[in-house]
Amino acid sequence: MMQNVYLAIALAPLVAAVVAGLGGRLIGRAGAHTVTILGVALSFVLSAWVLKGQLLDGQPAYNGAVYTWLVTDGIPMQVGFLIDRLTALMMVVVTFVSLMVHVYTIGYMHDDDGYTRFFAYISLFTFAMLMLVMSNNFLQLFFGWEAVGLVSYLLIGFWYTRPTAIFANLKAFLVNRVGDFGFLLGIAGIVHFTGSLDYARAFHFAPQIAQQSFTLFEGQAWNAMSVICICLFVGAMGKSAQVPLHVWLPDSMEGPTPISALIHAATMVTAGIFMVARMSPLFELSPTALSVVLVIGATTALFMGLLGIVNNDIKRVVAYSTLSQLGYMTVALGVSAYSAGIFHLMTHAFFKALLFLGAGSVIIAMHHEQDMRRMGGLKKHLPITYWTTLLGALALIGFPGFSGFFSKDALIEAVGESHTPGHVYALVCVTAGVFITALYTFRMIFMTFHGEERMDAHTREHLHESPWVVTVPLVLLAIPSVVVGWLTVGPVLFHGYFGGAIVVSPAHDVLGELGREYTTPLAFLLGAFRGLPIYLAAAGVLCAWFLYLKRPELPARARELFAPLYRVLDNKYWFDWVNENVIASGSRALGRLFWRVGDEFVIDGALVNGSARTVGWLAAVARHLQSGYLYHYAFAMIIGLSALLAWLLWPWLFGRA
Amino acid sequence: MIGLPHFLVLAGVLFSIAVAGVFLNRKNVILLLMCIELMLLAVNFNFIAFSHWLNDINGQVFVFFILTVAAAESAIGLAILVVLFRERKSINVDNLDTMRG
Repeated sequence: MMQNVYLAIALAPLVAAVVAGLGGRLIGRAGAHTVTILGVALSFVLSAWVLKGQLLDGQPAYNGAVYTWLVTDGIPMQVGFLIDRLTALMMVVVTFVSLMVHVYTIGYMHDDDGYTRFFAYISLFTFAMLMLVMSNNFLQLFFGWEAVGLVSYLLIGFWYTRPTAIFANLKAFLVNRVGDFGFLLGIAGIVHFTGSLDYARAFHFAPQIAQQSFTLFEGQAWNAMSVICICLFVGAMGKSAQVPLHVWLPDSMEGPTPISALIHAATMVTAGIFMVARMSPLFELSPTALSVVLVIGATTALFMGLLGIVNNDIKRVVAYSTLSQLGYMTVALGVSAYSAGIFHLMTHAFFKALLFLGAGSVIIAMHHEQDMRRMGGLKKHLPITYWTTLLGALALIGFPGFSGFFSKDALIEAVGESHTPGHVYALVCVTAGVFITALYTFRMIFMTFHGEERMDAHTREHLHESPWVVTVPLVLLAIPSVVVGWLTVGPVLFHGYFGGAIVVSPAHDVLGELGREYTTPLAFLLGAFRGLPIYLAAAGVLCAWFLYLKRPELPARARELFAPLYRVLDNKYWFDWVNENVIASGSRALGRLFWRVGDEFVIDGALVNGSARTVGWLAAVARHLQSGYLYHYAFAMIIGLSALLAWLLWPWLFGRA
Repeated sequence: MIGLPHFLVLAGVLFSIAVAGVFLNRKNVILLLMCIELMLLAVNFNFIAFSHWLNDINGQVFVFFILTVAAAESAIGLAILVVLFRERKSINVDNLDTMRG
């Protein structure tokens, strides 16, 4: 019975996507959005029901295969579901945000020619993401992993006549391939050591794997678990856009805004976070891998946030904010506070989707203008957008009581409790990150909604609030952005909500430490006033207010004053430059070298043509032997005779000497 | 210690050089005659070596015969050659193919 429900949750969006994608011409625009919204709504309702079953009715976790695709070498490759509280939570988040984005898309893509195609894609994406989170084995996880990557590729390049969009989707796809390669190696490691693709089996064998070592180069034995976990994390780095595989995410803003909200803020990019949390029984056994996760996450959290300060494209600011927040989640994973990571993932999904959709609403009103320098003063034209976006922004910076506050504050405190190597660096990064987050978020709010109106007259005349299909999702997302933290902080973080889904070894159970002091959300909230982050956030907002509202001429002066620093940020730490000029050009140069020397010179020149030439040369020489003169043949016979005689008589002549 | 084999090999080498000379030289009749002489000398070497080894004087007697015959033969050959040169103004072997069938 439950199995059918799970199947329905996953397949409803797929069916809708197929109907809208293949039959889009038949059912028309209204038909396409109706069928896909119904599909996703069904998924959402059933997911919510599953979550309720898990949470309130105390249903046990479900783990079973639905279909065996094939068995090779004793390894079954199956489609199966593992439904526990972690999965149920993710399912609800994914389907809820997806549903909101579906509704919102009706308004945002209203005039687009690819309307039905777009709905087919986002439904297909929902299916892929559900397959990813519901999976009970690595193969299906990998399938979902690749499928979300594919849909992301399709959607970033949705406006396929724009060269920049094509460049961006190719970039996203290629950078993700790098990560997926590591991920695949990690899965191969699991199969190698356990002979199975099943999660349960992998977790069961985890302690044995941790005992084994792995020799890749002579004399260097590595802990097998560390190798596997780091490989898996490389996959997560690609999908969840961690340094240095983050470069695709800002460029992915070339796609339409709804998918920026759905894929590049709320769901797909969190796949890496989810995967690491799901693999917590493995990661717990490798302190090395946890340290790597921690340091990478901390670096992303701080340095990507800094880039948000210098960007002027409203969507890109939100994109860099996403990178930074993903870094926060990764830090939480690194200090073994998996629940805090998933908690932040959930709250972030709501408020970041809200921020993106709010930015999208602004973009609709501005006739697809995204440069914040040409906005300003939109508050009175777009009241609903303004207030909802403001709520999202407050949640993002961790305003006390909002969802982001609970998740981020718990996360920072967890880092403070941690003793994982690298925790000092991480603590500095995430604490400084709070100030940076507040600064760039409110810089965006102030530049967009406050101050003087900098758009041209034509745009100003047409400014109007977006239609209800756009504003309703904003409101619906604003509600959880505000309250979800308050409601769920206790159970999710401290009262063992995840049960057996997340394993934390007692040695680094930082949330357990925090949980001892935790009583109620209110006490937690008041406790935060004793810490630094909340004041840093306030300072960030004040700073943004002073720089962008009070004295708007100051930022330009600061830019001149800190010109070298500004150059570093403006060039995004030269990651793109290095990728293009060192990695891409370098590998092309290497390829050209192999082509010229290896292929053209050695294989074509020496082996293929060389052998032909050698045969020709030998034949030309041999032709001279067949001269046709009798005395040549006679001479050859004489030489042969002498040689034969010499050979035969040799022992007799010299053997005794 | 130089033994019989060394003499035999020397004779063999001389003979081979002579044979090579006969086949490689396709111009000069004088060279052909010299090569034939060389072959005879190689054979003489064998005779002397074996006669010494077998302690039999007959071998050396034969050598005298051969040397005598060879000298006579060379004299006749050179005489023919001189006549031929007068007749043809050439001692090139290629031109001396009148008797070819």
